[in-house]
Amino acid sequence: MFNTRIRVPETAVAGEAVQIRAMIMHPMDNGFTYTTQGTIIPVDIITDFTCRYLGDEVIHVRLEPGVSANPIFTFSLRATETGPVDFEWIDQHGDVTTASATLTVT
Amino acid sequence: MRGLALFLLCLAGPVVAEEPVSGYEFLLPETQALQDDEFANPGMLWVDQGEALWESEGCASCHGDASVSMRGVGAHYPVWSDERGRVVTLDQQINLCRSERLGQDPWAPGSREMTALDAYVMHQSRGLPVAVALDGDEERAAFERGRIYYETPRGQLDLSCANCHVENEGRRLRGEVLSQGQANGFPIYRQLWQDIGSLDRMIRWCHESVRAEPPADGDPVWGDLEFYLRARGNGLVVETPAVRR
Repeated sequence: MFNTRIRVPETAVAGEAVQIRAMIMHPMDNGFTYTTQGTIIPVDIITDFTCRYLGDEVIHVRLEPGVSANPIFTFSLRATETGPVDFEWIDQHGDVTTASATLTVT
Repeated sequence: MRGLALFLLCLAGPVVAEEPVSGYEFLLPETQALQDDEFANPGMLWVDQGEALWESEGCASCHGDASVSMRGVGAHYPVWSDERGRVVTLDQQINLCRSERLGQDPWAPGSREMTALDAYVMHQSRGLPVAVALDGDEERAAFERGRIYYETPRGQLDLSCANCHVENEGRRLRGEVLSQGQANGFPIYRQLWQDIGSLDRMIRWCHESVRAEPPADGDPVWGDLEFYLRARGNGLVVETPAVRR
């Protein structure tokens, strides 16, 4: 599990497109850098990011080593009914980090 | 040739105290926007982690709500301690709390936990002016020791901190604009590192840049230098976590 920051508006009007933001603390080592001792730092990245709203996939991103550290995603989803917005990050070792918020639709 | 040029620069006159200007003013608008965005500022990841540590490590058992008890505290650090006979920085104070009051092992300087908690405590003073006390004799002596360190050339390039950050402030060093080297935003999220760093880390980086050896771990000059760096920015607004290049 890595530290995450997510922002989902607390309330939305049905039919409204709301902005969602999600960030994760991760070094995203690209495999081309060296330590001060000259040993190479192996690739260590988040490979997948998924957001689901009411259980349906809203966005799925496949990340590559070119993405910089602490990646942040900003995207929109259309509010339909009150329910959970779930976030999931998977790193190359298969470790899963999750976060969740509830979007209340009025 | 370079040495001669710098020698002539030094002859141009004594180093004069100028109006402090935050490193923020030397950034590109995009970088400023990243710092100002409370959500997207990557340093906030560590502030969040620091908040969790505040609860889990027992800080809250004495200090309670950090947004009340720590408001303005970071702006006054580092402080001179008569009891210890040296300057105590915020990082050192955190470790003193851990070892003396909480009975825990101190954190390694620059460790992830230390920097996170440092960032969290400093963040509570965001928006307040830096106000390092300079009124006592010991404080003035520490400031003076720090100033001498700052203005002493060192390393293979024979450069002092002041050569760049005072004498050539606002001018370019390759692609970069030289800032005054103010410390009001530390710990900072540095884009070069893609990571957060405390003032210690920045000082080490600067030493490396002029090919100099930083002082030994535990040398009190670390405290004096941090004292000088913070105090010379008295009046600047605390920006932690600042975003820098």
